[in-house]
Amino acid sequence: MTIELAALSLDPVSDWNQLTTYPFMVQALEAGTIVAVMAGVVGWLMVLRRQVFAGHTLAVIAFPGAAAAALSGLPLAVGYYGFCSLGAGALAAASRGEVRGRSSESAAIGTLQALALGAGFVFVGLYNGQLGDLQAMLFGTFLGITAGQVLTLLWIAFGTLAILGVAARPLLFASVDPGVARARGVPAKLLDAGFLLVLGVAVAATAQITGALLVFALLVTPAATAQRLTARPGAGIVLAAAFALVVTWLGLAAAYFSPYPVGFWVTSFSFGLYVIVRVLTAGGPMGRTHATGAA
Amino acid sequence: MLAHEFMRNAFLAGTAVGLACGLVGYFVVLRVQVFAGDALSHVAFTGALAAAAAGLDVRVGLFAATILVAAAIGALGGRARADDVVIGSVFAWVLGLGALFLSIFTAGSSGSNGTAGVRVLFGSILGLSSGDARIAAAVSILAALALLAIARPLLFSSLDAGVAAAAGVPVRAIGIGFLCLLAVVAAEATQAVGALLLLGLLAAPAGAARLLTHRPWHGLALSAALAVGAMWGGLVLSYEVPSLPPSSAVIGLATLAYVGAAAGAALSTGSFRARHLTGDDD
Repeated sequence: MTIELAALSLDPVSDWNQLTTYPFMVQALEAGTIVAVMAGVVGWLMVLRRQVFAGHTLAVIAFPGAAAAALSGLPLAVGYYGFCSLGAGALAAASRGEVRGRSSESAAIGTLQALALGAGFVFVGLYNGQLGDLQAMLFGTFLGITAGQVLTLLWIAFGTLAILGVAARPLLFASVDPGVARARGVPAKLLDAGFLLVLGVAVAATAQITGALLVFALLVTPAATAQRLTARPGAGIVLAAAFALVVTWLGLAAAYFSPYPVGFWVTSFSFGLYVIVRVLTAGGPMGRTHATGAA
Repeated sequence: MLAHEFMRNAFLAGTAVGLACGLVGYFVVLRVQVFAGDALSHVAFTGALAAAAAGLDVRVGLFAATILVAAAIGALGGRARADDVVIGSVFAWVLGLGALFLSIFTAGSSGSNGTAGVRVLFGSILGLSSGDARIAAAVSILAALALLAIARPLLFSSLDAGVAAAAGVPVRAIGIGFLCLLAVVAAEATQAVGALLLLGLLAAPAGAARLLTHRPWHGLALSAALAVGAMWGGLVLSYEVPSLPPSSAVIGLATLAYVGAAAGAALSTGSFRARHLTGDDD
């Protein structure tokens, strides 16, 4: 990294000025903000629906997507969104009609994940790019985010959140109690597939900042933290988004002022927050009720 | 092909690692602990890079990290089955630490070591020395023997923990012991197929075996055979096609086996499928 002499002082105003001196950093903060809010909201629903493993697999699929796009000369975003949407479709098809979380399905997801990573490795090898590309795809980078990318992210986030807003009530119903929801005429299967697709898009957007392997830091950990604090959907979603936002800002700032990668900082802050909240709420009722909520 | 020493080493280590992965993987899938296996493989990455950044032998970090985390997962989870959300939160952070060690390591050493991270992530079976290969083979075979030694009570407690506990099987101790075995295999397999791809070698052959037969001992043997077969096929394939990395070839073949098994299961009669689905529940 070639940023030199970014020294942290005790004066927050001068720190803020330093942080926003370079346009790339401003764009990184903008992109981070958009992604964090989207990941917080989608992640909260994902944790509620116990689709953590599926989310991780979609994140991993982002890697061959990006590598394939780099190989064929397309913009990386095309690869990210294309592969993640396809992966979401495949997962929706694979889980149709089967009980979620059974052993054969988890074997299928695990296999898909390893295959995706193996394919990504082949693509990167064929592309003959630099090792830096591989590490950025896997562990994220805040360098080189363009204004156009920020705009795309904004539209994607807007669309995703709008869809979730429209479908919020039936989706919550179907997530908490699929059986009763189906009996009441809620199109549970359509919602399942639709949510996976939204999850895929959100993961693709997040992966561009945090890297394919560290998506969880924004998707799962803030949501898990929020669910320790409150069981109410509205408050929980807002909290999850807020946590993701704070963690992203702190992570980007820390990465700017230190020689260490942004992925490390974001994961550490978000995990630290989770541990603190978990210790403070130890023995509280929230975690228990949710652990058995939607099996 | 076998005239090259590196290919002989690769076959020696690969056979043993495939055998161990196939055997352990069968129980991983049976016990629905694929996600825990996933987490362990990521931990292996961080352990290896921590050791590399500290200037130690990579193996020290691999084994220390995976066994420690396996014991922790086992101890935290009530029935040695931890919550997905907890595992996810922990391993996101562990991976972040891995990224940190990677940057420290690549910054602290000049150029030639920059590939260390890639080697750990995606494996380097063709780069094993004959000493490495022998150690890998010995450790994997010991792990496989240990698994076979506890296979009966492990199978019992995997299928029905309650009845097994009532019959006097130490379910919890066996669960933790199994996770530790998984950790050893994961650490060893990381050197062959890499931390990111090792999940495929655990899940795919076992998943295929579970689809093909319901009898546990047949399934166990079939899973091991498929894993070893994928390993051999992958090595041969990557020898013939130089641009194909061996670990990707191995995972590709293992996936093919799984897809084939799934297609076969779907094509067979409805009564078989019904039996299969109910068989999954117990």
